[in-house]
Amino acid sequence: MEEKLILFKNRKRFGIEKNIDIIFKNTTLVLSSLVAVVLFGIILVVFIQSFESFSRYGLNFLVTSEWNPVKDEYGAFTAIYGTLVTSLLSLLITIPLGVGTAIFITEDFVPKFVREIVGSFVELLAAIPSVVLGLWAIFVMEPFFRDFFAFLHNFFGWIPLFSSEPAGRNSLLAIIILVVMLLPIVTSIARDSLNQVPKKLRNAAYGIGASRWKTIFSVILPAALSGIMAGVLLALGRAMGETMAVTMIIGNSNAFSWSLLSPGYTISSMLANQFGEADGSQVSSLFYAAFVLMILSLVVNIFAQWLVKKFSLKY
Amino acid sequence: MNSLYYQKKLSRNVGDKFFTSLSVFCAFIAILPLIFVVTYILIKGGAQINSDLFTLEPNPPGDDLDAGGINPALIGTLIITTIASIIAIPVGVGGGIYLAEYSKGGPFSKFIRFGVNVLAGVPSIIAGVFIYALIVSTKILFGSMYSGLAGGMALSILMLPTVIKTTDEGLKLVPNELRYASLGIGASMYTTILKITLPSAFRSIATGVVLGIARAAGETAPLIFTALFSYYYIVGFEDLFYEMGSLAVLIYNFALEPYDAQNKLAWAASFILVISILSVNIFSRILAAFTVKTKRV
Repeated sequence: MEEKLILFKNRKRFGIEKNIDIIFKNTTLVLSSLVAVVLFGIILVVFIQSFESFSRYGLNFLVTSEWNPVKDEYGAFTAIYGTLVTSLLSLLITIPLGVGTAIFITEDFVPKFVREIVGSFVELLAAIPSVVLGLWAIFVMEPFFRDFFAFLHNFFGWIPLFSSEPAGRNSLLAIIILVVMLLPIVTSIARDSLNQVPKKLRNAAYGIGASRWKTIFSVILPAALSGIMAGVLLALGRAMGETMAVTMIIGNSNAFSWSLLSPGYTISSMLANQFGEADGSQVSSLFYAAFVLMILSLVVNIFAQWLVKKFSLKY
Repeated sequence: MNSLYYQKKLSRNVGDKFFTSLSVFCAFIAILPLIFVVTYILIKGGAQINSDLFTLEPNPPGDDLDAGGINPALIGTLIITTIASIIAIPVGVGGGIYLAEYSKGGPFSKFIRFGVNVLAGVPSIIAGVFIYALIVSTKILFGSMYSGLAGGMALSILMLPTVIKTTDEGLKLVPNELRYASLGIGASMYTTILKITLPSAFRSIATGVVLGIARAAGETAPLIFTALFSYYYIVGFEDLFYEMGSLAVLIYNFALEPYDAQNKLAWAASFILVISILSVNIFSRILAAFTVKTKRV
C-alpha cells in the first residue's frame, strides 16, 4: 500500500514534467513552423501587392521596357534583362576563377599554411558588407578601370557589348563587383566538394600513371561536379538578388542598351532606387518586379537543392 | 631507360606546369579584392576617425565644410541589430531544437529544412519589400510608418535561417551518448535539451549566431525603405517608432552624395563597420581553430 502511494506520487510528479515536456516540444514545433509561415507570407504578400499591376499589364510587363510613372506605363524588361545579364556574365568569370582557387587550396602546390591563409582571405571577403564594396567600387574601382574601358570601347567597339561610350557607372562595373562578391561562395563550396572526394580515387589515378592535372580534370573534378554545380547555382541566386553594390555602381538607367559600357538596371536596384518615393500603381508595379525576382531566385535555389540531393557524393 | 626520369619537355609535364601556374594565378587574383578593399578602408576611413565622429549628428548634405559625426547611425545600427537578434535568436534556436532533437527525419522536418535553405536564398531586398508591405505601408505599429522596429524585423528575417541552421547543426554534433545518459537517469526531454545538449553545443551555436549578427549589421537593402534614415540623435524609447539611421544606410546615402565631406563620413562609417565585422569573424575563426585542437587531444 505504502509502496503504491510512493509510486503514485512519483507518477504524478512525472505527469507535470510530462506536461512541461509537451509544452516545450510544441513550442519548438511552432517556432520551427514559423519558417514556413514567413516564407509563404513573403510569397503571398508580394503576390497580392503585385496583383493590380499583374492584372493590368499581364505578361507584357516582362517584355516591354517602358517605365513611365507619369503615363502610368510599366514594363520591367530592362531590369529583368540587366539582372540576368549581370548575374550570368559575372558567374561566367567567377566559375573558372573560383574553381581554380579552390583547386589551389585543396592541392599541395604550396605549404599548408599559405593555402590556409588564401582560404581565409577569400572567406573573409564574404564578410565585407555589400554597401562597403559599393563605396569602394565607386571611389577606387571605377577610376582604376576607366582607361581599360576606354580601350575596350576603342578596340572592340564593333562588338555590340562594347558599342557605347563608357559611362562613369555602367553594367560592366556591376559585373566586376559581382565577381568579387560571388568569388567567396563559389570558392568555398568548390573547396568543400573537392575535399570530399575520397583519397582513393586520386591514388588510383596516380597509380595508373595519370599526371596531376589529368587526375584533376578526369577524376577529381567530375567527382566533385555536383557540389560545385550547386555552389554555382547558389551563387547565381545570390547574384540575382544582390542589391547594394550593384545599385551604387550600375548607373540605374531604364534605357535599354546592348552595351555593357552604358548604365543599366537590375530588378533589385530598381526596387532600392524607387521604392521609397513610389506611389499609386508604381508601387504595385515594383511589387510585380519584386515578385519576378523572387520567383527567379526561388527557382534557382530549389534547383540547387534538388541537385545537391540528387547527385550528392555517395562513396 | 631515360623514361624513368622526369622529363621537362614531355607534354604532360608542360601541361601540368601550365595549369598549376593558372591555378596559382587564380588564387592570386582571388585574394586581391580583400587586400585592396581593406587597405583602402583602413587608409581612407582611418584618417577620418576622431572623437567628434562618435558624438555628433551628421549634417545634412550641402554644407560642405563639416559633415559632423555618425553617432545616430552607430546607435541606430546597434538598436536595429539588437531588435533583429531579440526576434531571430529565440525563434531560430527553438526551431533548430525541434529539427535536431524532436523531429525524426519525417516529411515535416524535411520540409522545414528545405524552407530554411530557401529562406536563406531569398534576396535581402525582398525581406525589405515584405516588411514594407506588411508593416510600413499598413502603419500597423501604432500608426508609425518607417521605423527602427520595422527595420529590425526585416533584418530578423535574414538572420532567422542562419540561426536555425547553426542550432540544428550544432545540436547534431552532440554525441548521442550524452542524451542517453541524461534520459537514462530519468531526466525528461526538455531537461536533457536545456541542461545537457544545448550547453554542450553552446559554443558552436554562439559562434554561428554572432557571425549571423555581424552579417546582419552590414545589411543595407532591407533597411532602405523600412528604417529609412535619420540625421538626429536617438534620445528615448519612442524613437523606435520613427525613422532610424544606421551605418549601412549612411554609407549608401553619403557615398552617392556629390559632396566630399559626406563621402568622407561614408568612409569613416565603413571603417567602423568593417573593422567590427572582420574582428568578429577573425576572432570566431581563431576560437574555432582552438576548439578543434583541444578536441583532438
